[in-house]
Amino acid sequence: MSAPLLRLTGVGKTYGAVRALAEVDLEVAAGEITCVLGDNGAGKSTLIKIIAGVHESDEGQVELGGEAVRLRSPRLAIECGVATVYQDLAIAPLMPVWANFFLGRELLKGRGPFQRMDIARMREIARSELAAMGIDGVDVERPIGGLSGGQRQCVAIARAIHFGAKVLILDEPTAALGVKQAGVVLRYVLAARARGLGVVFITHNPHHAYSVGDRFLLLQRGRSQGCFLKSEITLEDLTRRMAGGIELDELAHELENRGAPAARIAGA
Amino acid sequence: MATPETGALAGAVLVYLFFFAVAPPFRDLSSLSTVLYVSSIYGIPALAVAMLMIGGEFDLSSGVAVVSSALLASMVSYELTANVWVGVALSLVAALGMGALNGYLVIRTGIPSFLVTLGSFFMLGGLNLAGTRLVTGSVATPSISDMDGFASAQAIFASNLDLGGVSLRITVLWWLLFAALATWALRRAPFGNWIFAVGGAPLSARAVGVPVRRVKIGLFMTVGFAAWFVGMHQLFAFDTVQSGEGVGKEFYYIIAAVVGGCLLTGGQGSAVGAVLGALIFGMTTQGIVYAGWNPDWFKFFVGALLLGVILLNAGVRRWQEARA
Repeated sequence: MSAPLLRLTGVGKTYGAVRALAEVDLEVAAGEITCVLGDNGAGKSTLIKIIAGVHESDEGQVELGGEAVRLRSPRLAIECGVATVYQDLAIAPLMPVWANFFLGRELLKGRGPFQRMDIARMREIARSELAAMGIDGVDVERPIGGLSGGQRQCVAIARAIHFGAKVLILDEPTAALGVKQAGVVLRYVLAARARGLGVVFITHNPHHAYSVGDRFLLLQRGRSQGCFLKSEITLEDLTRRMAGGIELDELAHELENRGAPAARIAGA
Repeated sequence: MATPETGALAGAVLVYLFFFAVAPPFRDLSSLSTVLYVSSIYGIPALAVAMLMIGGEFDLSSGVAVVSSALLASMVSYELTANVWVGVALSLVAALGMGALNGYLVIRTGIPSFLVTLGSFFMLGGLNLAGTRLVTGSVATPSISDMDGFASAQAIFASNLDLGGVSLRITVLWWLLFAALATWALRRAPFGNWIFAVGGAPLSARAVGVPVRRVKIGLFMTVGFAAWFVGMHQLFAFDTVQSGEGVGKEFYYIIAAVVGGCLLTGGQGSAVGAVLGALIFGMTTQGIVYAGWNPDWFKFFVGALLLGVILLNAGVRRWQEARA
């Protein structure tokens, strides 16, 4: 088997006295969705920042396509084919969809002082790329701020794919969405996988993760609580671990032993 | 219809009709020429200020920077007994440098440009007075009209064109040329796309690889250039410069930009809007004179206009959002 698109081995990061992440291993293969699950403060964002080149890791190794790399800046990460869709999506709400799609990578035409943006072509490509993701009927001339949360998410994903991402990192793409919108986004995550990308899907929702994921990395307080293939874990187990299940079990057990007060707490 | 300058266009038409009705001299072609001249003097810096505001920043030092540029050019030429173009060139370098410094401080420190340029506004204002006193011993620069290069510089910055009996100041043409360039830059150049992005969503812009620092510093330097240009006009139109002038003009530029549809928070606006905003200004200043009113009313009218157009813009925006 060829090397995975992205492999992290023993990665760690310390901010001052806080060890935000320690000894984390992660593997992302082409055409696979790797979910990173954890509660707030589990180290999910630190992990993304390392992969996206925002922060460099202090320990461990990052490999892309089998080669060790140092991702020193977001720009470098993008050039290496790692695209990150952040929670805030990195969009300018007042600008039209097409301008957002090509922001920072505008297509040009003409020469010398007459060089200018090829707006017609950018509009056309944005429209067709969105259509390829199954998003029809979006007026690319509209300010992107006027689209629904799910649609904005999809534009950001389509943009990453168009610009040659091999590894797509999605930072809590469903967190702020309603049930229906989240479903729409999950469908696009699957579409990205179908196009052969390696997807890192960060979430704290085990239901969303389990419905699309192939592999699950559980993080807790900056440490890995294990990495599982879908065949190795059930949704119940994932949910329980995710919710700090083992700790909750211990707590419930402790409360039971104390008798009556536990019932009151459980009832409350 | 969905353009930010809708309010400004309506405002310009209303102000024009108003003075057309109440001030008979306003209807003359020569009056129109004067109105355009006054508008251009506000309008050239207003274009740059509008671009800066679209990029999400402020420059309070632009009014005194006009005078600083004129003072510097004049005094350098006079003291060195050099060709005035030497002073003009040095002054340009200084103006661009000042803009770059403003931009650099804003970006480096993360302190709002309102505060940074408030500081540079007072410093430049003080420097204008103290520096002029130090060099010339007076509050104004000596006349440089008999110096080498004055005629050619005057031809470029402050000449009159004769258009079939009506005299038109050259600054009007420069203003329209700059407006065309600004429109091109904002609408067609990738740089323009980046200006909207750094103003509306700076973090997003950075995340997708827009060179935010370069764009912002470039915008502050554009304001420096515009201030220099108007400073050169004033120098070669009046050939001496009063060191205490310019204070308060920065607000007029900002008002023209805002009336023209610029958002205070950045990310929206246009060059055409800034042109209309400056035109409203020019019409009001001159209209009050032609109507024979006390010019003391000018500021009151400007304030009322600003408020009116802002309310109108907000209304239009809400109406468009309701329809969208």
